Amino acid sequence: MSALRENLVAQAKKIGEKVVAAHAADVDATARFPTESFAALKEAKLLSAMVPKALGGPGATVSDIAAVCTTLGHYCASTAMVYAMHQSQVACITRHCGSSAWQKNFIAEMCKQELLIASATSEAGIGGDVRTSSCAVETTGDRFTLAKNATVISYGAHADAVCLTARRTPDSPPSDQVLVVCPKGTYTLEQTSGWDTLGMRGTCSNGYWLRAKGSTEQVLPTPYADISAQTMLPSAHVFWASLWLGIASDALNRSRLFIRGEARKKPGSVPPGAVRLAEASNQLQLMRANVTDCAAAYEAAMATPEATTALGFAIRMNHLKTGTSQMAIDVVNRAMLINGIHGYRNDSPFSVARHLRDVHSAQVMVSNDRIFGTTASLLLVHKED
Amino acid sequence: MTEDIRNIVKEHGRLSVDVASLTDDADLYAAGLTSHASVNLMLALEAKFDIEFPERMLRRKSFESIAAMKAAISELVPQ
Repeated sequence: MSALRENLVAQAKKIGEKVVAAHAADVDATARFPTESFAALKEAKLLSAMVPKALGGPGATVSDIAAVCTTLGHYCASTAMVYAMHQSQVACITRHCGSSAWQKNFIAEMCKQELLIASATSEAGIGGDVRTSSCAVETTGDRFTLAKNATVISYGAHADAVCLTARRTPDSPPSDQVLVVCPKGTYTLEQTSGWDTLGMRGTCSNGYWLRAKGSTEQVLPTPYADISAQTMLPSAHVFWASLWLGIASDALNRSRLFIRGEARKKPGSVPPGAVRLAEASNQLQLMRANVTDCAAAYEAAMATPEATTALGFAIRMNHLKTGTSQMAIDVVNRAMLINGIHGYRNDSPFSVARHLRDVHSAQVMVSNDRIFGTTASLLLVHKED
Repeated sequence: MTEDIRNIVKEHGRLSVDVASLTDDADLYAAGLTSHASVNLMLALEAKFDIEFPERMLRRKSFESIAAMKAAISELVPQ
């Protein structure tokens, strides 16, 4: 492990234990943004950690950030998810800013002020396919305007900037998209829906009408099709899978403590749930292997952007999401069975109730059915090496 | 070969513009080609030219224009 990763994970652990864990139950119960978590993460400069050295940041790798996501996932799934989504935006901007002076200046500000960046990709009327847009960038000279009926902007009201997808021009087809970086002050939000959900309640993923105007330099030069294939999709899947791993491992830690307690009560006998724990631990190892393997594959592919547009790579990154989301639910469910009524209760040190509610988001936030559908289509032409 | 490719793009590309209005070098993704439609395009090209695109060609760039497809197919069709 690099010294940078050790340091980042140590800081995340410290903040996790002291701040994130302390507010996790309230964030969940009242469906509020984890304000305290993000104040602490900003203070420790964990939001800008992945900005490359050439752009003025410390240059953490994808695997470094994945490790932070897992660590935060131990304490509060909403905090970890917001952090993960933010880091995908950081990856998109820093990798696709080209030579734009405006973008480089924005990145410098992001490092200086630890800006939190949200994303607005979903839109009313596009049938849930985020690779198409209805709204379009309307340009006059070097200025643009844009209005998007975004069905979901996670932590939109708490972000310092929003990245949104839109058609390149009002004449462009729905699939010809760009990504527009909008810092606070260049857009307004009008809330259209709330966020009262089973789990992940602190991501505050309300719907908004977003109206933006600004300089055309805010539009990233790379087509969103490439940004999506090369950066948004693989980074999101790696970071999400990493935080689901965090949720699942914390649930299993609670089972481990529970079983140990049971074993101490009756020395010499193996508690009935111990075999289940072994099975769940086995699943967790498979999940961890999938996450670290895909994070490494993504890092290797980043060196040659062309490799990230290969079908085989897209299939692998899709499998990471569908596979780990199912397995995380499976592990937490097993933890619930091991801990029994103590796991089911909200008021027990062995509770995995919140874990179970939070982790169920994994299969539906970007529906696995949709991803399997895409993968199935890619497999029609894919050839295994 | 170019005519055959154009016909297949017309039938399977689901572009937002008429293929006839595009040059061989025109960016098909900008003309509305989606990744889903490009899979159908690949399947139709494989059937028409009795070829199999190897994994190294299964990337965005190989299907970005009619000229790019022609270059890829030319590599695979016995001359």
